[in-house]
Amino acid sequence: MNLKSYLKEKLVSKELDTQLNKIEKPVGTLGYDPWGFNVETNKVVFSLFSGIYNQYFRVKTEGIENIPAKGPVLIIANHSGQLPIDGTLIGYALATRKNAPRMPRAMIERFFPTVPFLGNFLNQIGAVLGDPVNCAKMLENNEAVVVFPEGIRGSGKLYRDRYQLKRFGNGFMHLAMKYNATVVPVGVVGCEETIPAIANIKPLAKMLGVPYVPIALPIIFPAKVHLNFGKPMKFEGGDVSEEEVTRRVEQVKSVISDLIDKGLSERKRLF
Amino acid sequence: MNKKQKPRIMITGAAGALAQQVINRLREKYQIVAVDFRKQTYLSDDIPSYQINFNKRVFEDLFRKFEFEGVIHLGRITSSEETRMRRYNANVLGTQKLLELSHKYGIKKVIVLSTYHVYGANAYNPALIDETAPLKAAELTMDLIDSVELENLANIYLWKYRDLNITILRPCNIVGPGVQNTISSLLSSKHAPVLAGFSPIMQFIHIDDMADAIVLSYEKNKSGIYNVAPEDWVSYQEALERCGCARIPIPSIPPVLPRLIIKTLGLSIFPAFLLNYFKYPVVIDGRSFNKTFNYKAKRPLKEIFRFYREIKKNS
Repeated sequence: MNLKSYLKEKLVSKELDTQLNKIEKPVGTLGYDPWGFNVETNKVVFSLFSGIYNQYFRVKTEGIENIPAKGPVLIIANHSGQLPIDGTLIGYALATRKNAPRMPRAMIERFFPTVPFLGNFLNQIGAVLGDPVNCAKMLENNEAVVVFPEGIRGSGKLYRDRYQLKRFGNGFMHLAMKYNATVVPVGVVGCEETIPAIANIKPLAKMLGVPYVPIALPIIFPAKVHLNFGKPMKFEGGDVSEEEVTRRVEQVKSVISDLIDKGLSERKRLF
Repeated sequence: MNKKQKPRIMITGAAGALAQQVINRLREKYQIVAVDFRKQTYLSDDIPSYQINFNKRVFEDLFRKFEFEGVIHLGRITSSEETRMRRYNANVLGTQKLLELSHKYGIKKVIVLSTYHVYGANAYNPALIDETAPLKAAELTMDLIDSVELENLANIYLWKYRDLNITILRPCNIVGPGVQNTISSLLSSKHAPVLAGFSPIMQFIHIDDMADAIVLSYEKNKSGIYNVAPEDWVSYQEALERCGCARIPIPSIPPVLPRLIIKTLGLSIFPAFLLNYFKYPVVIDGRSFNKTFNYKAKRPLKEIFRFYREIKKNS
């Protein structure tokens, strides 16, 4: 039949198929959800990705069981490495975990939908335009959502600034409180080394209408990636001042900072 | 029951397939008067049918003569049919006249058919847009201004004259037998253009399901604004594939290029002002309507696509 079913037949192993079928997804009769996630495409991409995850980045996870099996979850991580590799690795880790796998959604930068092919592709594997309305609707649907509160400040930073956390936006905390979502902090170590950039050509980025144009080698380095998941955190809702919200965001940020330090100290060498 | 005692409903846009479905569902219980801007349609001996311009004075005579209980306003001139000016007069000023007369003659229920296009196809649209979202279509193209204006008008009357009990419906793509809008023409054709690298998520509602929704909103009087869309989604390109259409990719960047190509080739099937709807998704949240009216669309996507596949085989 069509390309997608052909690829699925050729590539997707029985094991992965059963693993991914275990995950409950609110999709329609043709396997799509409102944000463009597609069950079949996702299976094909995941089977291609398993080599990248296991052999190329040799991802080591710790504490992944900290993500609750059910209910709304916000997975908060540091952002790095120019391309959305970190989000994909977190997604793969959680979708392939032994007990109660989940398919988390990653919030991505606003310019991706305007990029032909890439935008649609990212949507099909579960990435979603980083809009608070999207995040709110998904938490309402009891989904797990990966958020990088640093946004492009994090992903676009230069190699010399690696593992320095940039300013966190407060949006995720407001959503966590409103939808009573569990916050699970994650420290990602290794992605900074995948595409080390030495400079950002700002005028060119402005001209192209993209957030940044890094000067970097056109290769993705096989850095070993450590994903350290912290203990789940809960934040009470109600009438909370913005000052208090900022304090809570800082609390999450400092946990992530500790998790990054943990990953860095565990790391024997870069590659 | 004597025919004359049946409550009377005026249905506009009577020449369209959707109106005829609605008429079929209501004619037992109500005396229907069919009206259309474009042409006079013969429906049956017991349904008076008029071709009339709402902006002409004789239109009021219908209200005097029939003492309507309700109005179901489905008639709208689509962008491909007329010039922008004539469309504005018909759709916006015509609707204003209709609502004004409805108020004057004590109509108790008004249904206005709008469209999901009013939200606008914007790269930054979240999915599951609900009814409170701003209507951004007008900022994208002048050709959709009349859709937004028609909504704004209906909205003003909704709050100003509560006794009209206006219900505004914003359906997703209406498709199925007889439907002649842009999307239905695309699904019917053997070759359909797509923007290379873009395949936005779309929602489709079968014309029969939409007719059911209109009848339901007339009978269960709950005024307000509602999106109407089944809880099912598919990407544009997969929809074409499932309908047996060959996809013809048009270069999509820079954005002026597809516009230029369409204008040069005179591709009326793929109007330039709707281009963004084939690029960015406008996914609406129909749950409020489903809940309020206890409604569920019955025809699945597969059935809709099968219909379009079959008509190609038979042609």
